[in-house]
Order: sequence, then structure tokens, then C-alpha cells
Amino acid sequence: MSESNASATRITPGNALRPEDIASSSAKPTAEVAEYALRLGDDSLILAQRLGWWISRAPELEEDVALGNIALDLMGHARSFLTYAGHAWGKTEDDLAYLRREPEFRSAHLFEQPNGDFARTIARQLVVSHYQFELYSRLVESTDATLAAIAAKAVKEVDYHRDHASQWVRRLAQGTEESHNRMISGLTLTWPYVEELFTDDPLIDSLGDAAVLPSTLRKPFDALITALFAEAELQVPAVPGAIGGGRHGCHSEHLGYILAEMQVLAREHPGATW
Amino acid sequence: MAVAEDQADISAGEEQFNSLIAQDSRIEPRDWMPEAYRKSLTRQISQHAHSEIIGMQPEANWISRAPSLKRKAILMAKVQDEAGHGLYLYSAAETLGTSRDKMTEDLIAGKARYSSIFNYPALTWADMGAIGWLVDGAAIANQVPLCRASYGPYGRAMVRICKEESFHQRQGFEILLELANGTQAQRDMAQDAVNRWYAPSLMMFGPPDDDSPNSQQSMAWNIKRFSNDELRSRFVGMMVEQVRVLGLTLPDKDIRFNDETEKWEHGPLDWNEFKEVLAGRGPCNAQRMERRREAHEEGAWVREAAVAYADKQAKHSQQKAA
Repeated sequence: MSESNASATRITPGNALRPEDIASSSAKPTAEVAEYALRLGDDSLILAQRLGWWISRAPELEEDVALGNIALDLMGHARSFLTYAGHAWGKTEDDLAYLRREPEFRSAHLFEQPNGDFARTIARQLVVSHYQFELYSRLVESTDATLAAIAAKAVKEVDYHRDHASQWVRRLAQGTEESHNRMISGLTLTWPYVEELFTDDPLIDSLGDAAVLPSTLRKPFDALITALFAEAELQVPAVPGAIGGGRHGCHSEHLGYILAEMQVLAREHPGATW
Repeated sequence: MAVAEDQADISAGEEQFNSLIAQDSRIEPRDWMPEAYRKSLTRQISQHAHSEIIGMQPEANWISRAPSLKRKAILMAKVQDEAGHGLYLYSAAETLGTSRDKMTEDLIAGKARYSSIFNYPALTWADMGAIGWLVDGAAIANQVPLCRASYGPYGRAMVRICKEESFHQRQGFEILLELANGTQAQRDMAQDAVNRWYAPSLMMFGPPDDDSPNSQQSMAWNIKRFSNDELRSRFVGMMVEQVRVLGLTLPDKDIRFNDETEKWEHGPLDWNEFKEVLAGRGPCNAQRMERRREAHEEGAWVREAAVAYADKQAKHSQQKAA
């Protein structure tokens, strides 16, 4: 780690891989790996943007801190993936986050779903954290060394996100009648967007051992969710999966608003640095 | 008999308290303390905690629009730190016998105060810089001496808070520095933010010494170490140096170093506005309170669920044990 990267605002402790380290590395992804990194980066970026809303609005201060931490972790993963992807096209993380249009984003629909009430946010967290844990714990074996390194850091963090979400699912499912009903409603609203996460496509096929086949994650994901739901006396919602399309830039109605807010200031001042 | 013993305990306790204060030593939660000391500290620490919590709002207002991912991450971390500060401070206040729930209720009911500065709006991105530099800067000037406050839990909480606050101030300065060296529009944005936050940040030190009713007793108890005007003057001196590095100006043509008193002086402050804002007529008082109340009320079912679940788990493990 070079000292030239040292700054008063460095936020990642220890020797963990930072976006700045990736920015200064010469590793350049293939076009396919870059496209894959963009998907992973966009998932985390859009969810971090959603979760950031809770900071100062959570049900208790401990959750302002916890959800803020999770959003920060996700922002860190997004920055690393986007920085790496950008190397393929001579773009920075900020070029990618702030200057792409909606159809150029590659996040799945689940990540852009509204926060709703706390139970709906937790339902989305439950699915995302379990999906990302299964994904990153395999991506550490990627033949692409940078993807493997980002995954190695991320998997430790999403393990905590999994724990946070599972604990809240138990509490809400078995707390009061109101929390039980809200948990069921949150899960029902979330479940249509689960299937898209586990769908393979030609890009993934072309990547071989650099990527993880999404379909292979479904079984371990289902096993963990089924065990948790049995314990919490919940059912997997019987709702049909929604047609996705996020991986190809076809999004829900929500993303446009998220981007409008996220990008407004950066776009108002083209070429400025911050 | 019992009454006489109680009185003997009190006078022994009082003697001990007075001697600890005289030695500039620390009072701990289980020590005897005068009711007025307890009450004054509870008021001060809980107001401080509320300020951290309400103070999250103006900055949270820019998380979604932060103009780079690095700045967004830093801002999220900063606002999250403030929630953490609120937590330590509520815990410190709880050691004096008032529960966090009670303090929160008082805040929501409008019975408790928080720092008036957070009733001003954060209008542009440059406000993230000005809040960090001026508001956190003033908070540090106020809080560093509080690390030596006579009440142990408060002093210790302040040590940790001050470390994080000085990081916050540096990030605010860095935002302004970047803007001041940026485009004309960015430079204008930075100057405008400094212009708006300068006077309110000076008023954070509280009213002038001759109009500060609680100060004297607080100083006698070694809670407060320097007067409002003394701290304000020191702060002005620091800002005068730093604003030069930024290449911006402070909106005060009367700032000068008085060679006789060896103190920095500033122009007149609008204490009427200060009182108006304190009385609830600031631009954002209603908005800040509504937001806090809404978060609290909408979170009630979550907190109830957590308690109900914990009770069920406790019962369950008792049954298992039996």
C-alpha cells in the first residue's frame, strides 16, 4: 500500500483492499470480467443508496448505526467493483456511478425495491445478505485475482449482514402480532425479485471460473432460508417470480428516481472534482 | 435514629464530594453528589446527546446526493458516528439515574433542548464542509475541556467523542478546500456556506458571559473549565488562521487581535436571532422535531417486537432450565 494514498479521510482500517488500491493497480479486466464486475458493483451501490435513507430515521439508535454500517460496507464493495470495471474502459468509479444513464446500470430489480417499513427493508436484507454471502464465498476462488480479493474482504462483512438480518427476522416474526404480520408482508413484497438473482445468462457462461454461476447458489440459499423460516415459523411466500432484466439494463420504475437524486449534483457541475 | 444516620451519611458524602472537587478529581456514579449537580449534569449531557441525534438530520439530507462515492461513504460514516456519540452520551446520562426512554420522551415532547444550530438548513453540498469545519470546530473547542469534566462517565465519553470530532472537522475542512480550489461555482458555494454558518457557529458557545446564568456554578463544580466568551475568542483565533489556508473569508470585518487583552475579538452577534431560534422560531425547528417524532413513532412497533421476543426467549430458557 503506497503512502501516496494516505489521506485524512481514509476509512478502511488495516490492510484490507481499498478502492484506492484498485485504482492504482495495473490489473485490467477483460471486457467480460468488467461487465460482470459492473453487475456486482451496481447491486451494492443501489442498495447502499437505498439503505442510506435509514440513517437518522431508524426505529432505534442502534439501528441507525447498524444500517449505516451495512450501507457503508456495501458502498465499499461497490467502489471496489466499479473501480475495477472502469479500468477496462478508462473510467473512474464516479464516471460509472454518476454519468451512466438508467439502461446502462446492471443491478437486479431486488436492489432498487423501496425500503417500505422496517420489516420490508429487513426482508430485502435477508435475501441480499444470504445471496451475497453464497456468491462471495465462492468468488474468492475466482481465476481473476482482483475479483477474488474484493470477494475475500466482502464475504467477511456480508456474513455480519446475514446475522443482522436473520436476528431481526426472528424477532419480528415471533415478536408481536403486528410485527409478525408486517414481516410476512415484507417477505411477500420481496419474494418476486428473488428469482432474478439466480438466473444464468451467456455472459456468465463465457466467464468460466472467473465468475460464479448464479444458478448454483440457489440450493444453498434455499437451505439456509428454509432452516431459518422453520425456526421462525414462517413460510416461503407463494408468489410468482417477476420477470427481471436488470442485468441487461431493463429496470423497474424505481431506478430512475434513485439515479435522479444520486446524480443531480455531480451532473450539475460537469468536470468538477469534489 | 434512621434520620440522624441519613444525615450523617449525607454530610460525610458532601465532605467527600467537596474534597474530590477541591482536588480536581473525579466524581463517579455511586458517589454522593448534590441534587443540583446531578440535575445540572443530566440536563447538560442529555442536551448534548439530543444535539448529536438532531444534528444527524442536516447532514443526512445530503447522503443521497453526495457528489462522489468517496464523499458519500465519508458522510455516511460521519452521520453514523453522531448516532454513536448520542448513544455514549445517553449512557453517561443514564448513570445519573434518568433512563434513555425518558430523555427521548422529553425530546419528542419538546421539553428538552438541543443545540440551536441544527435548526438552520443545510442548503448546498458546501454546507457539509462548513458544518464540519465551523460547527464541529466550535463543538471541539467546547468539548476538549469537557474531557476533564469532574463527572467521570461524561469526561470519558468526551475523550472518545473528541477524537472522532477532530476527524469530522478535518473532513469538513477538506471538502471546503476542494471546493475553494475548484470551479467558480464551487468556490461561490463554499463562500456562501461559510457566510451562513459563521455567526451561528460562534453562538454555539452560548450567550455572553454576563448573560449566562448556569456558567458560574458549572465552573465551580469543575464541569465547565472556561467561560463562553473565552472559548469563543479562542475559536475565532483558530478560524482566522485556517480560513487563510482555504483562501476564503469570514463574514466579519471586525475581527481583530486585541494586543492589550491578548484575545481575539469579533463583530457583534445577533443574540435576538439566537433567542428566536432557541424559542422555536428557527427555519427548521418544526421540521427537525417532526422528523425525530416520526422516526420514534414509526419505530415503536419494532421496539415492542424486540421486547416481546426477548421476553419469550427468556421464558423459554427458564422453562428449559426448570
